Amino acid sequence: MTNMAILELIGLGKNFGQNVAVNAIDMSIDEGEIRGLIGPNGSGKTTLFNMITGFLNPTKGRIIWKGTDITGAPPHVVTKLGLGRTFQLTTLFRDMTVLQNVIMAHHLHIRTSLWHQFLKSDESRQEEEEIEGMSLALLEKMGIETRKNEIAGELPHGYQVALGIANALATDPKIILLDEPVGGMNPVETDETMQRVKTLRDEGITVFLVEHDMRAVMSTCDKITCINFGNKIAEGSPQMVCSHSEVIEAYLGEEVSCSL
Amino acid sequence: MVMARNNNIQKAIGLIILSAVMVVIPFIVSGYKVDFLTMLMVNVILAVSFRVITTTGGWSLAHVPMMGAGAYATALMTGRLGIPFWFSMPLAGLAAGLIGLGISYPLRRTEGFAFFVASFAAGEALRLCWIRFKVPFGGHQGLVVPPPKLISGVHWLDFSEAIPYYFLALVVTVLCLLIMHRLDGCRIGSTFKTIESDENLARSMGINTYRYKMLALAIGSFFAGIAGVILAHRLWAIEPTQFGFSTTLYLLVWVVFGGTKTFYGPILGVVVLSIIGELLRPLADWVPMVYGIIIILTLIYLPGGLESLASRIGIPKGKAWKIRISTEDK
Repeated sequence: MTNMAILELIGLGKNFGQNVAVNAIDMSIDEGEIRGLIGPNGSGKTTLFNMITGFLNPTKGRIIWKGTDITGAPPHVVTKLGLGRTFQLTTLFRDMTVLQNVIMAHHLHIRTSLWHQFLKSDESRQEEEEIEGMSLALLEKMGIETRKNEIAGELPHGYQVALGIANALATDPKIILLDEPVGGMNPVETDETMQRVKTLRDEGITVFLVEHDMRAVMSTCDKITCINFGNKIAEGSPQMVCSHSEVIEAYLGEEVSCSL
Repeated sequence: MVMARNNNIQKAIGLIILSAVMVVIPFIVSGYKVDFLTMLMVNVILAVSFRVITTTGGWSLAHVPMMGAGAYATALMTGRLGIPFWFSMPLAGLAAGLIGLGISYPLRRTEGFAFFVASFAAGEALRLCWIRFKVPFGGHQGLVVPPPKLISGVHWLDFSEAIPYYFLALVVTVLCLLIMHRLDGCRIGSTFKTIESDENLARSMGINTYRYKMLALAIGSFFAGIAGVILAHRLWAIEPTQFGFSTTLYLLVWVVFGGTKTFYGPILGVVVLSIIGELLRPLADWVPMVYGIIIILTLIYLPGGLESLASRIGIPKGKAWKIRISTEDK
């Protein structure tokens, strides 16, 4: 596979009033890679995600998606272009069942008009059946099909994360942005989740993830970017980044070994 | 499966009994009570159409003025322009719907408290127009509304009488409820609910939430307008104070008391509270205080509203997420 940049950030920055949350970040993510984004709390990781997915308008800089400038496009348009995401805490509708969640997440697959949906015409019913089939397949892939009729908000944490990823995958993303996918998980759950992330990559989905769990990041990512105070301080292979003096000083501390 | 079928049979029997009661009741109660029931139906349409908007997460304080928009529109169309009632009713609904669509454009970006305040301002602006522009809205005095003439010359169809008008209102109410029930049960209704649940997540799924919120506000306003038409043609006169904030407060009380998670919640709220209000009529000025106490008790002991009683006493769940007790609402 040729290493073509699928997502490029050029001098991307965001100010909240006088505070500089992100300061001119340049970054380029290749198709088919797993990219990790690390950095201390408040370094601008989530702000960066929110700018890429259209939830925040950048103060400066550009976002280039497959060669097209998508800076300032609203979230639903960004999603349609093929950028899926999960959110830091939960990526699910708490009151709905697991299956209902994934069915709603297939919104972009709807081809029939609102009028047909209202009338529940044959086309609309057929479409709903297809979407239900796709949703069940997706739940099976994420290993939560046995939980399909449970209320999403009452699931154990690990399953909620799996459902969140299923919800993001339902939009057929080319790249998926995962905001702390293994936060609050035990080591077994972490390994399972990271295994799933690798499976996604093998299926051709580029992965861009924010994570604090260094063991997970080191063992999964092809390349890691570290930011601090809104500036990129290091980028490269996991070994290179975790032996980088600035990264150690700002984020890792001395005790983390690179042998992982 | 058997459970579900039994449930459906029970529902069907319940509906048949209800419709029989609704058909028989105007002939056995006094004329005043018939008008009470007509107004009750107006309020049912108002509360259910309000829920269309709340399913997208916004509690619009402009909803009662939207009912007023329908009332004023039909007053002008039938009174000044001589348009027959049959045409003025849908047109007045459409007028209210268009105004709703208009105010939804600036409102679509607001959430929570900001939506509350902005929608209140929009509604009051509309009401001030009726007061300020004496032509054509009649200022504080308001407008006279002619009783509807449906088929001229047929005497038993005289809609200035309580009982024929009751049946007219009944047919319109049933139609409105059927349409809104379908809307709630189809994918559009579910999409509305995703916005209430988590708007950002809905957007990240490719849902154009601004567009859906505007749609909900327009549809809700349309049906509020229809309620206004039924109201105006029975009162024969309308004025701006009828659509003021105190009416909005009643609407909020009904809906909080009934609950908004299910389609039936607001209906329950309106019906039960209106009947209580009617029974307490001898207490006169004390009624608002009784309402206040009911609301406080509801919020403390039954935060999901009357509808949540169903899941508490173990009525089988249809779609579980539809009748969840909303104790952990943000």
